[in-house]
Amino acid sequence: MMQPWQGIPRMNDPLTIAGTTLSSRLFVGTAGYPNQQVLLDCLAASGAQIVTVSIRRISLEGYAESLVDLLGGRWRLLPNTAGCVTARDAILTAELAREALETDWVKLELIGDRETLYPDVEQLVHAADELVRSGFIVLPYCNEDPVACQKLADVGCAAVMPLGSLIGSGMGIANPAAIELICSRSPVPVVLDAGVGTASDAALAMELGCDAVLVNTAIAKSHDPRRMAAAMRAGVEGGRLARLAGRIPKRSFAEPSSPQLGLVGT
Amino acid sequence: MTRLRINGVEEEVVAATLAELLGARGIDLKARFLAVAVNGAVVRRAEWPAKPLSPGDDIEIVRPFSGG
Repeated sequence: MMQPWQGIPRMNDPLTIAGTTLSSRLFVGTAGYPNQQVLLDCLAASGAQIVTVSIRRISLEGYAESLVDLLGGRWRLLPNTAGCVTARDAILTAELAREALETDWVKLELIGDRETLYPDVEQLVHAADELVRSGFIVLPYCNEDPVACQKLADVGCAAVMPLGSLIGSGMGIANPAAIELICSRSPVPVVLDAGVGTASDAALAMELGCDAVLVNTAIAKSHDPRRMAAAMRAGVEGGRLARLAGRIPKRSFAEPSSPQLGLVGT
Repeated sequence: MTRLRINGVEEEVVAATLAELLGARGIDLKARFLAVAVNGAVVRRAEWPAKPLSPGDDIEIVRPFSGG
């Protein structure tokens, strides 16, 4: 069967973050899928190379198969510091992740408010600075704020990950102008993180100039996660192609696309 | 007996080193993707057998889980 993305011309358009070259501009989270097989199928359908994981305390009652065993080296795992509310906990979580996964990469999350999961920018910049100094490749989840993004880039973050809207909300890109502004000014790659609800949101992110998009809930909680994973892949690729192609300027009035000469009856 | 805080829970244990503690908990010391911190500092795997435990130590034992 022809898959939706197979008709799209393949681009030699890699994304480079901290010296690592990626051919996929879609990052995918691993939480909340109906089961592990669906997760694996979705990761395959998404074409993602980077997938996110969390770091959590083990159960002291028993030892179960690790998610990471399941992912078996086929994907580059990006550990997050999800749920951390202090720079100290986020830094320790990053250090534990580095030990557990043998990666210097970390998606730094520092939550300032448990209800909205909005980042605590002050602590985020502080933690990012510390982690960069300790040799980490830091990708911070941050506000859609050009100043916050600039500060994070200034302390040496390898990319910035502004939120489209609240984590898990599916509200899409609440402030497209801010995302576009961040993309036009950022000295490091911009990965839109959080809020994507459907494939057009991912496409819009790319059209606005984002270098990549991270999606989790919109795939995992959709009615047919495998199909949505493929849709997100097509959305990201379509949006990227459109961005490179360059959209036409918007006009206030119509302009006929058919020739005006030789019209019947004139 | 040594009183420790293990993954947020206060417990009395009989273990002189970190490796002994993990072993007593049925944790395979060779299990991949495991990481441990004592009092906020990561203890690398090679150091587990020699890492002494003291009363009041705060121990975190973690591994990767699903996440976004």
